[in-house]
Amino acid sequence: MRWLLTKDLRILGRSRLLVALLVVYPVVIALLIGLALSRGPGRPRVAVVDETPPGETVQVGTERVEVHRYVQQLFDQLDAIEVPTREQAVAKVRSGGALAAVVIPPNIVTKASSGTEQGELELIYNGDALEQSLVQSQLSSALAEANLGFSKQIQDVAAQAIDQLLKGGNLSEIGAPADLVGLEQIPALLARVIAHQRPGPDRDALQRVATFADFAAQNLTLSKRVLASVGQPIKVRSTLLHGRRTPLDTFAVVVAVSISLMFISVLLAAGAIALEREEHALHRLLRGLVRVRVLLAEKCALAGGCGFVVALAMLAGVGAFVPLRWGRFPLWLAALALGAAAFAALGVAIGVLAREVRAASLLAFLLSLPLAFLALVPRGAVARGIYDSINVISFVFPYKAALQALDAAVNGSAPAIGGSLAHLAVLALAFSVLAGAGLARSR
Amino acid sequence: MSAVLEVEGVGKRYGAVQALADVSFSTDAGEVVAVIGPNGAGKTTLLSIIAGSLAADSGDVRPAPERVGWAPQQAALYARLTVAENLELFARLERVPDPRAAVAAMLAQTELTERSGTLVGELSGGNRQRVNVALALIAQPPVLALDEPSAALDPAQRERLWRFVSGLAARGTAIVFSTHNVNEAQRYAQRAIVLADGRMLFDGTPDALLAAQPEAGADLERALVLFLEARARAAPAG
Repeated sequence: MRWLLTKDLRILGRSRLLVALLVVYPVVIALLIGLALSRGPGRPRVAVVDETPPGETVQVGTERVEVHRYVQQLFDQLDAIEVPTREQAVAKVRSGGALAAVVIPPNIVTKASSGTEQGELELIYNGDALEQSLVQSQLSSALAEANLGFSKQIQDVAAQAIDQLLKGGNLSEIGAPADLVGLEQIPALLARVIAHQRPGPDRDALQRVATFADFAAQNLTLSKRVLASVGQPIKVRSTLLHGRRTPLDTFAVVVAVSISLMFISVLLAAGAIALEREEHALHRLLRGLVRVRVLLAEKCALAGGCGFVVALAMLAGVGAFVPLRWGRFPLWLAALALGAAAFAALGVAIGVLAREVRAASLLAFLLSLPLAFLALVPRGAVARGIYDSINVISFVFPYKAALQALDAAVNGSAPAIGGSLAHLAVLALAFSVLAGAGLARSR
Repeated sequence: MSAVLEVEGVGKRYGAVQALADVSFSTDAGEVVAVIGPNGAGKTTLLSIIAGSLAADSGDVRPAPERVGWAPQQAALYARLTVAENLELFARLERVPDPRAAVAAMLAQTELTERSGTLVGELSGGNRQRVNVALALIAQPPVLALDEPSAALDPAQRERLWRFVSGLAARGTAIVFSTHNVNEAQRYAQRAIVLADGRMLFDGTPDALLAAQPEAGADLERALVLFLEARARAAPAG
C-alpha cells in the first residue's frame, strides 16, 4: 500500500491544476453556501407613499396618536424609499428600483377610527412568481411588525387614560373638573363617611356605592392587562427537546466544511480508481501484485486523507473568526475521519462503476451536489412523503450523517455523535464492499 | 526439457459466448510460441488467463501469475510517472530484492537508460511498448506473455523489439505472444498455436502448418487462411 500511495501522491503532485481545482472549488462552493445560510435576507427595498395629511392623528381616550408614527414603524422594517405619489411608486416598481410599493391612503385614519372598518394599505408589486412570493412574505412580516408596534402605542395611550381614571388628579384636558378624585380612592373616602352614618337606608345606599367603586377600580386595573394581551395575545416560549441550540453561523461553518470534505474525498477517490483502469494498470495490479481490499484501502486513504487535511485546515481557519469549542477537538477529528472514510468509499464505488476518469468525476459531482442540498432541506419545507423519501436517500449516502456528526462534534448538537459515527462507519464498509464486488466482477 | 508453462483444459465464457474451450498446451524454457487466429478467436483471453489478469472458468495454468511476466496489448503504464518510476513501482510491488538495481539493469537491457527520467506520457509509441515489456520482465519471470507486442510499432521498432525478445528466449525465458501478423510467427516463433472461436485447432511448428496446406507454398498467412477455411467446411459435416 505504501508504494501505491507514494505513486498516487507523486501523480497528484504533478497535476497541480487538478489539486488546485480539488481544493479551491469545494472551498469556494462551501463558503458561498455557508454565507448564504448564515446571513438572512436583507430588508426589502420598498417605495412608500404616505397620502395621509401631515399631522393626522388617531384619537384614543384622552390622547391622540400620530399616524406618522405608524409610517415610521413601517419604515423601520423596510429599506424604504419615500415617494410623494402613487404613480412615482408604480414607476419605481416597474423600473426595478423597488421590489414593491406600499400606499397609505388618506382615509386610513377615518377607517381605523370608525370602529366598524379596518384601515387598508395598498401593496403594488411586480416580477415572477418566485419574486412575488418573496415580496408578499417579506411585506406581510414587515406590516405585521409595524401593526404590532402601532397597536402597542395605542395600548400605551389607552392604559394611561385608564390609569388617570383610577388615580384621579387634573383631568381638565378632557373637560373634567380640576383635582378629580380617582376611582381607587372612592371606597376609602366613602368608608370614612359611612363610619359617621347611623344605620339606615342612607348608610346602606352609601355602602352599595362604595362596594361598586371598589369592584370598578379592581376591574379597570385588570383591563390594563387585558389590553396588553389583546395587543399580543400569544407570546412564544421556545423549548428545544434535545441537545444544544446551534447558532446559524457555526452551523454554516459545519455545512461548509462537510461539503468540502465530501467534494474532495468523493472526487479524488472516484478519479484515482478510475485512473488505474484508464491507464490499463488495474489488471496488472490485480493479477496478484495487490489485493483488491488493499487497493481500495489505498484509494480511500489517499482521498480521505486529502479531504480530512483540507477540511481540518478549513475548520481551524474558520475557527479564527467564528467562536468554536476547541475543547471538543478530538470529536472533530473523529467526525472528520469517519466522514472522510465514508465519502472516499462512496467515491471508490463511483470510480469502479464509471470506469474512466471524466465519467467518474462527472458522476461524483452530479451525485454529491444534490445530496448536500437534500440533506439541508428542513422538515416542513416539503410535503411529508417527499421529506420521507429525502430522508431515505440521505440515509443511504454519507452526507447527512457526516453533517450531523460534524455538527455534534463542533456544536454539541443533537443527535448524539455516536450514532452518526456508527452510521458513517457502516456506510464506509458498505460502499467498500460494493466497490470490491465491482472490481472483482470486472475481472 | 521440462515445461515451464502448462495450460490444461482452460475454458472461459462471457455470457452466451464461449471465448475459450478446453485449451491445453505447454511451453519449454527458451521456447517462443505464437498464438494466431482471426479476430475474436480468444487470443487475448488466453494470454490474460495465463498472466492471471483474467480468471478462467475451468482448467488450470501453471506457474502462478506472479511467475509470468505480462505485457498487455495496451501499455499498462502511468503516464505521469517517469520510465524509472514506473519500473521501480512495479519492482517493489513484485517484491524484487533490489528494486533500484533491477530498474538500472532493465533500463540498460531495453536501451532506455537515457529516457529513464522522461514521463511515460511523453514517450513515442515504440518506447512506451519497450517500457511495457520492461515492466513485464522486471522480476525476471521464467515465462513472458506478450499480447500483440508489435501492434503499434513501425518496422524499425518492430525489428528492435523482436531482437530483444529473441535475446530473452536465448537466455531461457519462455515466450508466448499473440499476433495478427502471421509473418512474425513464421520468423520468430518455434511453435504456432491456432485459435478460432475459442478452440485450439492447431499446435505445431509454422513449417507443419505450411506442410498441411501445400497450395500456400511458403506463405504462412495464406496457409492459415486455407487451414481455417478447410476447418470451417469440415465443421458442419463433423
